[in-house]
Amino acid sequence: MDIIRLKNVKKQYKNGTTALYDLNLNIEKGSFVFIIGGSGSGKSTLMKLLYREEKPTSGQIIVGGINVAKLRNSKVYKLRRKLGIVFQDYRLLPKLTVYENVAFAMEVIGAKKQEIRSKVLKSLEIVGLKSKIHNYPNQLSGGEQQRVAIARAIVNNPKMLICDEPTGNLDPEMSMEVMKIIERINEEWGTTVLVVTHDKEIVNKLKKQVVTLKDGRLVNNKAKGTYDNENT
Amino acid sequence: MKILRMIGRGIRDAIKSVFRNFSLSLASISCITITLIIVAISIILSYNVTNFTKEIEKDLTIVVFVNNDATEEDIQNINLELKKIENIVQKETIYKSKADVKKEMQKESEIFNSVMEEWNNESNPLKDTFQIKVKNVEKIKDTAKKIEKIDKISVVRYGEGMVDKLISAFSSIQKVTYGAVIALILVTIFLIINTIKLTIYSRKREISIMRLVGASNFTIKIPFIIEGIILGLLGSIVPVLIVIFGYPYLYRVMNGYVFTPLVTLITPTPFIYTIVAITIIIGIIVGMIGSSSAVRKYLKV
Repeated sequence: MDIIRLKNVKKQYKNGTTALYDLNLNIEKGSFVFIIGGSGSGKSTLMKLLYREEKPTSGQIIVGGINVAKLRNSKVYKLRRKLGIVFQDYRLLPKLTVYENVAFAMEVIGAKKQEIRSKVLKSLEIVGLKSKIHNYPNQLSGGEQQRVAIARAIVNNPKMLICDEPTGNLDPEMSMEVMKIIERINEEWGTTVLVVTHDKEIVNKLKKQVVTLKDGRLVNNKAKGTYDNENT
Repeated sequence: MKILRMIGRGIRDAIKSVFRNFSLSLASISCITITLIIVAISIILSYNVTNFTKEIEKDLTIVVFVNNDATEEDIQNINLELKKIENIVQKETIYKSKADVKKEMQKESEIFNSVMEEWNNESNPLKDTFQIKVKNVEKIKDTAKKIEKIDKISVVRYGEGMVDKLISAFSSIQKVTYGAVIALILVTIFLIINTIKLTIYSRKREISIMRLVGASNFTIKIPFIIEGIILGLLGSIVPVLIVIFGYPYLYRVMNGYVFTPLVTLITPTPFIYTIVAITIIIGIIVGMIGSSSAVRKYLKV
């Protein structure tokens, strides 16, 4: 079964630049997919379309049964509750502790206090930060901050985890550590994982499905792909 | 249950936010405070003007003097004619014979008493009178003209010019105060929207993260609306104190009237409580409108 279905998706920004031309892509539930491509290839636009930060100019996008292209602004939260999103810049709240940052994602959807406590601690345990729950983000390293962001993304048990350059700001060692956590989530919970990256090393090491974009078009979709130089 | 939990969290977040962004909150609060003071004063003024106008209207009487040669029958006739005039409050029409008027005047002063003592029914120079109240003060001139047409009547008096001018002056003062109150409220809402926009601007990131982790627009709005209410409440403290202590003080100092006992002030209790309630409600509504319209812009990410 496909969790993501894109049909003839075109995205043209208001300034006239076209980021995606007639994109067709299906992604199966439970899979782990790398989306790679050089800058300007449209990979970030694709991500934004999936979590409805942008609307497609034309075409159909179905994510987890929701017609994203037709989703009204006031109903966007219904889509976002099915997704966990991780960004390159972590997007943590600096005035909240690690625990509060993760709990925030559950509080805003109205969860009960006891439920919040057990789930927050569980997801912080998965990312290996249970000992730092009272620290503030600025007291953590980049890798640790990204792990907090992952804990926040998975705390509501999303069907799908979308990571936009999750290792962009991290050194190779930390990058690998973060990717291992994401891989574990995919394997143990069956969460569909989409990772946008241009980090050659992790793509080649993990040997997952690789979707390659170039100049707004899909050029390659391999089951066990690698990051080849000719792709970029 | 879920809604209550959300509101509970909204209150907690709102209180935190008021103190975390204290300098901005203080700006909003002082802005609300200043306008509410002016609004409260304008409302007090406007209520008092309405009150004096009513009081003066109540006292406004047309006095009809009956000619000395009028017989009992003529007086009956005058009474009937008066009943036909629409603008007269029939229940309050009082007939006083000259003997009654004499007695009344004697009671009023010692000098009148000694002079009038000597008058008998024949030598009494006073006249029989009708005292008439009108329903609509603005039509008092027409009514007086109609009364003048009745036979056997000499003079009709209603304190003409002065009363007319006073009433028209009061009604224009009132219109100006109403206008000022409405304009001030609008200006305050505008200022609050801008001040709260600043607080919200500093929390743009937080709102966008809330949207990303799946908070509905309603959930995002709750803490901001509650924050607006809290700012409105805090902003109304000083105006409320000014009303509670200031108005009774003014009332005592001025002995309850302005310049002449004709223009009386409204007694402080329960009047000040009405004003306090109005002030607080305006504060809350202004805060709510300000914050909810300020946050709307950031809910499109």
